[in-house]
Amino acid sequence: MPDSSLPPDATPPLRVTVDLNRCQAYAQCCYAAPGHFVLHGREALFYDPAPSSSARLAIERARVSCPVQAIRVEDPERQGR
Amino acid sequence: MRSMDAERKNTGGHTVVVGASLAGLRGAEALRRAGFAGRLTLVGDEPHRPYDRPPLSKSALTGEVAPEATVLPNLHALAADWRLGVAATGLDRQAREVRLADGTTLSYDRLLIATGSRARSWPNPTEAGLAGVHTLRGRDDAAALRQALAPGPKRVLIIGAGFIGCEVAASCRALDRAVTLIDPGPAPLARILGQPVGEIVAALHRALGVDLRSRTKVARLEGNEAGRVVRAILEDGNVVETDLVVVALGAVRNTEWLSGSGLDAGPGGVVCNEAGHALDTEGRPDRAIAAAGDVARFPHPLFDGRPVALEHWGHAVAQGEHAGRLLAGEANETDYAEMPAFWSSQGGITIKSVGLTEGADSMVFAQGSPKEGRFVVVYGAKGRCIAAVSFDSARWLPAYAEQIAARAPFPPICGGTDEHNLTVLSPGFPEKRTSP
Repeated sequence: MPDSSLPPDATPPLRVTVDLNRCQAYAQCCYAAPGHFVLHGREALFYDPAPSSSARLAIERARVSCPVQAIRVEDPERQGR
Repeated sequence: MRSMDAERKNTGGHTVVVGASLAGLRGAEALRRAGFAGRLTLVGDEPHRPYDRPPLSKSALTGEVAPEATVLPNLHALAADWRLGVAATGLDRQAREVRLADGTTLSYDRLLIATGSRARSWPNPTEAGLAGVHTLRGRDDAAALRQALAPGPKRVLIIGAGFIGCEVAASCRALDRAVTLIDPGPAPLARILGQPVGEIVAALHRALGVDLRSRTKVARLEGNEAGRVVRAILEDGNVVETDLVVVALGAVRNTEWLSGSGLDAGPGGVVCNEAGHALDTEGRPDRAIAAAGDVARFPHPLFDGRPVALEHWGHAVAQGEHAGRLLAGEANETDYAEMPAFWSSQGGITIKSVGLTEGADSMVFAQGSPKEGRFVVVYGAKGRCIAAVSFDSARWLPAYAEQIAARAPFPPICGGTDEHNLTVLSPGFPEKRTSP
């Protein structure tokens, strides 16, 4: 089913979610993908749930650098993880 | 054993997942991961693909994230039929059919019930229908509330200081709206975290500039000639003038569609056995049906088999995945025993919890101190650790989760060189709320 929130010819964004039960605010994602992950206060991680596909490499860096492996990414152009 | 396992393994037929949110999605993925190769249908009453709810009371309200951007990643190929925007209205277990609101039916071989819960509305329907009175549960609710907040109403009244009420209060303060937060309890979150921690939450919100009114209730809401809410009359006689009301009185489980199905389902949820199979009204499991997420009430082995229904993100993931494996024939006779856990962030402070505080008879500040703004509280019942809550100290929690799982003695881990003497306090939970 096409996502109705997108114009038909746009590249679909990545889909990101972080298990914030797991997250312990090591902030490695904030260094790997600044602008897509940011800490508010000491431990409150805010993240962009729909980064543009052009941020693919930075998001992948963030995913693999997470010490507690809390980041899940779906890349519509590849199979989801 | 091998041949029995092979017989049990469910690789074909039609599996229907009712409820297209976090538990339903992760359940459907787990089915596929476990080798289920048959037909798969996901039914959702909202027109949206599964989306993530935690941002809806935080970044989606402050405008940092668009509500429609919270679509959940799909982590395993589903090859599913999606029936979105159509609610399930009935279940016929003899015919093995789910009835849908559009008059169609879906026959199933296996069924996952993940219909979750909805926001409890303001009890007076006329007042609830006033313009400017909101609840917050779904993505459309968040979009409507964001839209109402964007043009800059001056005053927001929030009814109910549970997690949603507190998070919305903090988000509205981040937008510099004047916020009044009203709750009948002695302090925000006191029902879950106890009074001493509730007082800390109260101080946090007062420091944010929230006008917190504890131990009082809203008696009624009043509108103007145009039908827009303008004030609340409190039971203590005070009047709060307001431009916007957010009703945050907790959730109601979506089980009405199961009435007449013969399943033991009601306001307390869908009653399940240890494995996650739904029970009928005689207490017999229906092995074709599992339930997961907010809607499922199940005996938790870590808490003496006490029946619980948990409205937690991590629980929706873990129990959804468990139910998917169960229906695929992979988790037969395996009890679901995930440690309950949740988080909340309010005004830059992160609150995290493991275990369940319900029934705690004592508590200690085990690490840090409220003065530092970072601490861990451990809750005990009958001399055992049952829960731990951290404020900006999440890295301590896994150690306490292990203690809780091990039913370790309370007070916990005494005599560490970094520890002060632990003072055992009473949690002082307020009495159960009988009405909003």
